[in-house]
Amino acid sequence: MKEGLVKISDWQWEMPMHGPMNCPAWFFADRGLMLEMDAKVFEQLHNVACLPGIVRAAMAMPDAHWGYGFPIGGVAAFDANAGGVISVGGVGYDISCGVRCFATGLRREQVAKGLASLMEDLFRTIPAGVGSEGKIRLTPERLDEVLAGGARWAVENGYGLREELEYIEEHGCMQGADPSCVSALAKERQYRQVGTLGSGNHYLEIQSVDEIYCEDTAGVFGLEKDGVVVSIHCGSRALGHQIGTDYIQILGRAAKKYGIPIRERELVCAPILSPEGERYFKAMACGVNCALANRQVLGHLVREVFSRHFPSASLRLIYDVSHNTCKVEAHEVSGVSKRLYVHRKGATRAFGPGRPELPEAYRDVGQPVFIGGTMGTCSYILAGTEMGEELAWGSACHGAGRAMSRNAALKRWKGRDVVASLASKGIIVKAVSWQGAAEEAPGAYKDVTAVVNAAYNAGLVKKVAKVLPMACLKG
Amino acid sequence: MKRFELFEHGADIGVRGLGKTLSQAFENAALAMFSIEVPYIKNIVATCFWQFSCESYDQEGLLTAWLNTLISYADLYRAVFCSFDVTIEDCSLTARVGGVPLNDLQGEKGVEVKGATFTELYVGRRDGIWIAQCVVDV
Repeated sequence: MKEGLVKISDWQWEMPMHGPMNCPAWFFADRGLMLEMDAKVFEQLHNVACLPGIVRAAMAMPDAHWGYGFPIGGVAAFDANAGGVISVGGVGYDISCGVRCFATGLRREQVAKGLASLMEDLFRTIPAGVGSEGKIRLTPERLDEVLAGGARWAVENGYGLREELEYIEEHGCMQGADPSCVSALAKERQYRQVGTLGSGNHYLEIQSVDEIYCEDTAGVFGLEKDGVVVSIHCGSRALGHQIGTDYIQILGRAAKKYGIPIRERELVCAPILSPEGERYFKAMACGVNCALANRQVLGHLVREVFSRHFPSASLRLIYDVSHNTCKVEAHEVSGVSKRLYVHRKGATRAFGPGRPELPEAYRDVGQPVFIGGTMGTCSYILAGTEMGEELAWGSACHGAGRAMSRNAALKRWKGRDVVASLASKGIIVKAVSWQGAAEEAPGAYKDVTAVVNAAYNAGLVKKVAKVLPMACLKG
Repeated sequence: MKRFELFEHGADIGVRGLGKTLSQAFENAALAMFSIEVPYIKNIVATCFWQFSCESYDQEGLLTAWLNTLISYADLYRAVFCSFDVTIEDCSLTARVGGVPLNDLQGEKGVEVKGATFTELYVGRRDGIWIAQCVVDV
């Protein structure tokens, strides 16, 4: 365990404010996860706590691991009026990478019978892997519409249902996006990538509900035991990355200009109220909208495939969450409501009951949160809590977190063996790349249940349901 | 002397180019990076050629700028790059880059590299060998 930490509870630890820190650093994890956390997480969260205008604490979720500037699983809020900053590292390169989850209205036994042909069709229909491109071809003007409109653009162009917009963060369209703040190169790279899954840890998974922890909330989310859901994990593709790459240079120069000490290159930042900070926020909002449009188009493709194989299927969007964002949110600080710029890098917004941002149907139970496990283990559906808002600006973990490097996984497993092993357990995996399948082997990840239990015990979320994989499409 | 190697990182992958000169190390770091997308990269013969340039404020910044330039244009041209002839002057780089269209590749692909990062970034000389390395986001 890192020296100098103070135990606040069995699931919360504090690095007290010292030296150049402007606030303490908090770690939400049990003792076991704290012991597993790599040393870089502590160093990076300390650096985040040194940034100007940070409010309350720099925070690490239970799945925190070494990231770029911020740890992955890092959360920090900044007050623009107190010199607060916006940071590329606090958002990450894959802007608004996230998960959307559909209830299908089908039961496990129904889907199991036609699962193989369903997966063949999904594999043919969903563009995935290196160099994949979607069927949508955009002109510069049309792409600007995507960046300004997000999932709303997708719905207006025939991808998905209008009523789904309420079940997406920002109602499908983040305000403040300005396509003129995004480079021509970033846009050019995206012309053929709307409606693509990508590769790496991105996936599309058919899952069945194995266990319900909270009947009431599960009922509100439309979940029932042995019901089938579909989860899609992907982000803003090339555009988000190019925005990150472009602005790391711009904010690097800005940090020097404004005299902000930078302890790690990817922690570069600019005051929120500076021209550079404002431009980054507007570009990042474009990245968010790009990701929301991407997931909306993919959701539409998945619905079409399901309807071909299961005419009785009715795909209903439970919710769409983003992981890599900076959002302007109202939070109470010392009894006063303040507008804060909340960075969540590899962390999920997890608002508790009552927040006006939530769909009316969820306002009594809190926001759905989806925690992806691996191709071979369970995933979780959770809900935000009021305590999570008080502690961590309404934030939660986002996944299991890697326990092993990609290189180590490649040395240990062969993609074909991973897929065969999962097949022997009844899980169908369609992988574009055998290498990718090996890198994403279930054994390469931490125990998602330990991560979820730590978030639950810390009070950040409540558990709603556990889902098991039936089939997975990997990029 | 081996030309490149991949090294461990918790979530992503490190690329390390080695060379007798700084330029060679940059060329081999690029080769390392594309080996993640196409594991048999060393066997590919370039059929198309491009000219790229980039600059930064120091040599380490130049490495990430170089690798990110390659990622961007490989994506844009739907190609994989496999041969590199790099010239570096101060913190500016020009290169003749060869590659093949992605659609012409027959073998199995690896995983997509999304960006070169500043993590584990190092450009320098050890025991007479130039090293250019960083972690790439996949």
